[in-house]
Amino acid sequence: MSKRVVIDPITRIEGHLRVEVEVDENNVINKAWSSSTLWRGIEVILKGRTPMDVGLIVQRICGVCTYSHYRAGIEAVENALGTEIPLNAKYLRSLMQTSLYMHDHIVHFYHLHGLDWVDVVSALSADPAAAAQEALKYTANPISAGEGELRAVQERVKGFVETGKLGPFANAYWGNGTYKFTPEQNLIALSHYLKALEVQRVAAEMLAIFGGKSPHPQSLVVGGVTSVRDMLSPARLQEWKQKHAIVTDFIHRAYKADIVMAAAAFGGEPSVLGGVNVKNFMATNDFVLADGQYMFDQGVIMNGDLAGVTDINPDLIKEDVTHAWYKADGAQHPYDGTTVPDYTGFVERDTVYGKLPTLDGDGKYSWVKSPRYDDEPMEVGPLASLLVSYAKGNKVVVDSVNGLLEATGLPIEALFTTLGRTAARMLQTVIVAEEGLKTFDAMLVNMQSDESTYVKPVMDSSQEYVGHSMIEAPRGMLSHWIRIKGGLVENYQAVVPTTWNAGPVDANGKMGPYEASLIGLKLEDPTKPLEVIRIIHSFDPCMACSVHVMDFKGQELGEFRIDPNGQ
Amino acid sequence: MDTHAALYRQGQARLDMLRQLKSRDGQSLTSKMKEHGITRRDFMKWSASVTAMLALPLPFSTLVAEAAELADRVPLIWLHMAECTGCSESLIRTDTPNLDSLIFDHVSLEYHETLMAAAGWQAEENLEHAMEAYKGQYLLAVEGAVPTANNGAYLTVGCKGHTGLEIVKHAAEGAAAIISVGTCAAFGGIQAASPNPTGAKGIHEVVDKTVINLGGCPPSEKNIVGTLMYFIMFGKLPALDMFNRPKWAYGARVHDNCERRGRFDAGEFVEEFGDQGAKEGYCLYKVGCKGPYTYNNCPTERFNHHTSWPVLAGHGCMGCSEPNFWDDMADFEKPLGRQLLHGIDATADTVGAVILGATAVGIGAHAVTSIFAKPLEE
Repeated sequence: MSKRVVIDPITRIEGHLRVEVEVDENNVINKAWSSSTLWRGIEVILKGRTPMDVGLIVQRICGVCTYSHYRAGIEAVENALGTEIPLNAKYLRSLMQTSLYMHDHIVHFYHLHGLDWVDVVSALSADPAAAAQEALKYTANPISAGEGELRAVQERVKGFVETGKLGPFANAYWGNGTYKFTPEQNLIALSHYLKALEVQRVAAEMLAIFGGKSPHPQSLVVGGVTSVRDMLSPARLQEWKQKHAIVTDFIHRAYKADIVMAAAAFGGEPSVLGGVNVKNFMATNDFVLADGQYMFDQGVIMNGDLAGVTDINPDLIKEDVTHAWYKADGAQHPYDGTTVPDYTGFVERDTVYGKLPTLDGDGKYSWVKSPRYDDEPMEVGPLASLLVSYAKGNKVVVDSVNGLLEATGLPIEALFTTLGRTAARMLQTVIVAEEGLKTFDAMLVNMQSDESTYVKPVMDSSQEYVGHSMIEAPRGMLSHWIRIKGGLVENYQAVVPTTWNAGPVDANGKMGPYEASLIGLKLEDPTKPLEVIRIIHSFDPCMACSVHVMDFKGQELGEFRIDPNGQ
Repeated sequence: MDTHAALYRQGQARLDMLRQLKSRDGQSLTSKMKEHGITRRDFMKWSASVTAMLALPLPFSTLVAEAAELADRVPLIWLHMAECTGCSESLIRTDTPNLDSLIFDHVSLEYHETLMAAAGWQAEENLEHAMEAYKGQYLLAVEGAVPTANNGAYLTVGCKGHTGLEIVKHAAEGAAAIISVGTCAAFGGIQAASPNPTGAKGIHEVVDKTVINLGGCPPSEKNIVGTLMYFIMFGKLPALDMFNRPKWAYGARVHDNCERRGRFDAGEFVEEFGDQGAKEGYCLYKVGCKGPYTYNNCPTERFNHHTSWPVLAGHGCMGCSEPNFWDDMADFEKPLGRQLLHGIDATADTVGAVILGATAVGIGAHAVTSIFAKPLEE
């Protein structure tokens, strides 16, 4: 007898996500449905506005990857108008992206994903002295993991638990058998959870130095950047470098070490050894290092075949709405996409919690569309980015990945797991932090002889323009597409990382990465589905990003032409 | 309007009341601070800075300190509606080192989807439990607008499939105070911009109680935490302006305290991003700054531990703490000119004249704006 498990809200993510699974008599998942339960309509709102405002508006798609949409929006307009920005502006945008990644990945691992790996209650029975010794196994120089610090953390959290009033820690799945850290390891990670709260503030300040504030920085414009005074100030530059050093220190002495610790502890845990059932990956090149060079490469990997990596062909991207709350005939290229809303709501049925409204898997069940590349679902994100760069022989990435495999003793196949996805995010953070300094230095050198940061874009209102941007956001490949007519936004569309990963099943019955990743997973207790949440969190869901693409009134979204050269 | 003495007495009475409530744990703040290496002197310095931030006289800092010690008795429920999580991101950057996290610990955070460990059914249980157990006592913070079109079906949350509209209305019933965190919750925000396809509304439009509106996209971490502290200290809402924003944070125009104000008065303007004026910090009015129409403490408090704010980064203020700014203040790289803007069009005209050359007239404009923006007395 199969049972339906409903999980809503999936907490510790951006946005509103509902996941339902069906488990058999052995509590093994045989069906899964992923649904976004919020729609906002930002692309509709963009129509008829000036392209110069697009960046600020699309930035509000997400306050987490707050800079990614801002930049993607601005660069889509620049691409459309043929605006070539000064080198300094490219460098600064790359530096701001470095800051964002250092912030976002740390917050994701420690404050969003962390509690799926760390049993806070177990940490209370740890021996702080033994924990301090344990920390030394994963790095020679651990941070916030001395005996005294660990004891203080333990005492602090004990106060919560003893009174039974746990605040944000209340009513979680503590004690679940798939938590694999020892009490000592839990205590180390808990200490880093608290330390990371401090460090993430510093990382956010890095973004604010050149961005004015974080979240929602405000220093990019079509044609360049505005924070030229900060770029020319030795004090500001040094401030950035100083904060960069503080955050990098934490990344090495805590984040990297904790992933190695997790690999050791969870290496034999079945619920983290699967979770990559869609073995197609896609990523674009991004992070300007110096003229003409990028930190990460672009490409497509099909069926896990690292030897067969190919270049992205944007013509092969289509979106399917068979099971999304829209009407359409067949999959459509995003340029030609129509969107007619067709909200059908929930279906009541028995679940492990009794009768509840549930997703109608046979019908429509999500506000997210299902993007496909050459009719195939794709995973995007840090794992995809690293695999593509690895397959292309990117030396920094190859060395970094091999280094981790060596440190953990895991085979390369271990990358194709929930653990691998989580480790890839950390490796990407390390690479971004280290390589980002090259961009910083390149900018300093260039500013000696060239102070330009902006070129005035030229827009002829009698002309029609089409353009797009394709960048890497912390959650994966992000593309924005715009058509400009009469000097105003005629049409706009974004195809975002979480749409790729979280979309519902398509017309061909093919599941997206979220749903596929859950099939075959065995739950210890279906009423406390920690394993499901751990896998879903490893994708770093960002739901607001994924559901802004639909046109409420169902108008034709318009026709676009794609030019792979981006002109 | 309260005199300071009356306000102080009120604050004391409020603290006396809080003192009667049961402590969450037996540990005193003194011992907690010791644990974190924070001296009494550090603590009092922090209290003084919060007092200054709230625009209260220095003697109030003792009240602030006491309030911090008692703050853990105030349960906080934080709901997410139609939003981007930027306000929660702002909250987690709350910046006074060490002490801020201590304060964070002392508000009993009963429900917050981005931060809570529980998920799904268990998360929903936490919400129901908090609304029941602390009926009439909890602070309700809402982030995001409420979609109302299609009976609110554009947002559902929880296993039971309730709409955001239902959840907000229910939670508002038992709340001691309601805070709309950010422009989306306060005024509808980006999803309410024309043509507002989901019928998104601010919280005050769907509930019957007074709502404190913290405008800003997002509001600074100081404005969020400062407002929570005000309620905890005085047990009542702070003095509010015509849009129900706390006067202590939104009482002055961005333009009035702007670091580039001298440049405005001197008639020195950035003509184009990246020009010599931009390198030297000239006024951004001509490239679209909406500081003259915007009420917020951005120039004095800045963002991210005082690191910066948009105008320091060379970009004009976009007016993000004002109602309907996405429509009323677009496009953002051009001066607002003569558009009608909730009663201060006279100022816009005057400022327009200033830009054309008559700088000195600008002084008069400030007085005009102050009259129009005169807050409703509580």
